[in-house]
Amino acid sequence: MINGKGWKYGDNVNTDEIIPARYLNTTDKKELAAHCMEDIDEDFVKKASEGDVIVAGENFGCGSSREHAPICIKALGISCVIAKSFARIFFRNSINIGLPIFESEEAAAEISDGDNIKVDINANIITNLTTNKEYSFTPFADEMKDIIKAGGLMEYIKTD
Amino acid sequence: MGMTITEKIIAAHSGHQEISAGQFVYADVDICLGNDITAPIAIEQFETLGMEKVFNPDSIVLVPDHFTPNKDIKSAQNSKLLREFAQKHKIKNYFEVGRVGIEHVLLPEQGIVVPGDLVIGADSHTCTYGAMGIFSTGVGSTDLAACYATGKVWLRVPETIKFIFKGKLNEWVSGKDLILHIIGDIGVDGARYKAMEFSGSVISDLSMDDRLAMCNMAIEAGAKNGIIEPDDCTEDYIKGRAQREHKFYSSDEDCNYHEIREYDVNNLSPQVAMPNLPENVKPVEELSDIAIDQVVIGSCTNGRISDLRIAAQILKDKKIDPSIRLIIIPGTQDVYLEALKEGLIEIFIEAEGAVSTPTCGPCLGGHMGILADGERALSTTNRNFAGRMGHTASEIYLSNPAVAAASALTGKITHPEKVN
Repeated sequence: MINGKGWKYGDNVNTDEIIPARYLNTTDKKELAAHCMEDIDEDFVKKASEGDVIVAGENFGCGSSREHAPICIKALGISCVIAKSFARIFFRNSINIGLPIFESEEAAAEISDGDNIKVDINANIITNLTTNKEYSFTPFADEMKDIIKAGGLMEYIKTD
Repeated sequence: MGMTITEKIIAAHSGHQEISAGQFVYADVDICLGNDITAPIAIEQFETLGMEKVFNPDSIVLVPDHFTPNKDIKSAQNSKLLREFAQKHKIKNYFEVGRVGIEHVLLPEQGIVVPGDLVIGADSHTCTYGAMGIFSTGVGSTDLAACYATGKVWLRVPETIKFIFKGKLNEWVSGKDLILHIIGDIGVDGARYKAMEFSGSVISDLSMDDRLAMCNMAIEAGAKNGIIEPDDCTEDYIKGRAQREHKFYSSDEDCNYHEIREYDVNNLSPQVAMPNLPENVKPVEELSDIAIDQVVIGSCTNGRISDLRIAAQILKDKKIDPSIRLIIIPGTQDVYLEALKEGLIEIFIEAEGAVSTPTCGPCLGGHMGILADGERALSTTNRNFAGRMGHTASEIYLSNPAVAAASALTGKITHPEKVN
């Protein structure tokens, strides 16, 4: 079960903002996490707590293919990203590394900064505990569910 | 129902006679590409599998081009990781400094990718090769690791938007302007998850360098791939380059397009994308008098020989405005050498431009021309997100090489016809 505070951003949050290229000379997850969202919100790392949720508009994660973007979000302890839509490489990278992401136009529009968010993945329900409103999210294709269930693409390959 | 070129290539690589948009497949990969930023994670991931051998060393290409020649110790460590992995697994397509070029200029030039291929790359601009009738798409490092192990990639077959260009291109208008114009029209997520198929008489007349520049920026509209049906131009381009057998695919007349969009290019001027998104596009005339600090000519979008030729044509026997820093980066060693032989490098140096060895460098704010607080660049690269080339309070405008060169002469965004 996912439960945490939502941090809200707009449309087209790009991978340069999520993890600027000046930090791409490392693959160290902790080091990357220390700069998560730095160029869109330099206080993000200080204010976000374990389990918190990033909420955004259209096309979240657009731009480069850098897997460092979902890696730094996951390594910081962010439990999931809810957006109106995701850029395609960020989407597949998140599935592949096991960062939960949920596409929900309504939830992404109505959640406010600081709201308390709960997600029940199996029931397909996002709940805004602050406003007591429930939302569904776009279900994943069966083939993607297999990768998600395995915990990511490498784990899926190991079992396949 | 017929199939699009994109569907045909994916079908041929996934054991299907027929496939359609929305279908999920595991496809065989001809070439998988990684660079000094993305391959280190792929190598680490691959090594968690404990496999002795990669699926096929000849399908793996390693191009350390982003932070090379190594900009710092950490980058040097990453390059070392690539070098050692290439040695261990006998990967012939590893490109050391001195042979390396910007990946998406290098792979077509060296004939490593050929028409009919299915290519993945852990770099978003891998969509470039669609210009040669290739299904080619950007993926992540874990996809690359999985491909090292299995030779396959998971794909959802994309819907196709067909873009038909009619009319005649004006002087100083290029493939870069066509793609900027489209992105301005449909937005940075206008083709999200989709294939962009470019066609029409304008595309038939376009050079391969211009086609590559167009397909390169399909990702800037959110697309999975950009693609152009191969023709005589493709045949001429691959002659003497192609390292493997190739196959020309084309879309069936009765194929299913998600949407068809038509553009008349007769009145199209050179296009410029304003900060901070590639969709903020205006004709160059509307942006004249915007003062700039730095001009960059190069990148996987516009670092090819024809790009340098057009810049040299404008800069010949002139000096750039003293307020400007002009940085010119040939895309590969072959491009550099050709530019040297043709006297282009001399023109750039006489004009007081700085010429760099091939690198992605400033395009992604890596090195070789980082912007300070409040500075403004005009660049032939592909992204103008806030902070992309340096300080978050710096600004990037995107244009073709002719506009970039003309603007370097005046210190302001300038239509090339004003200085020629």
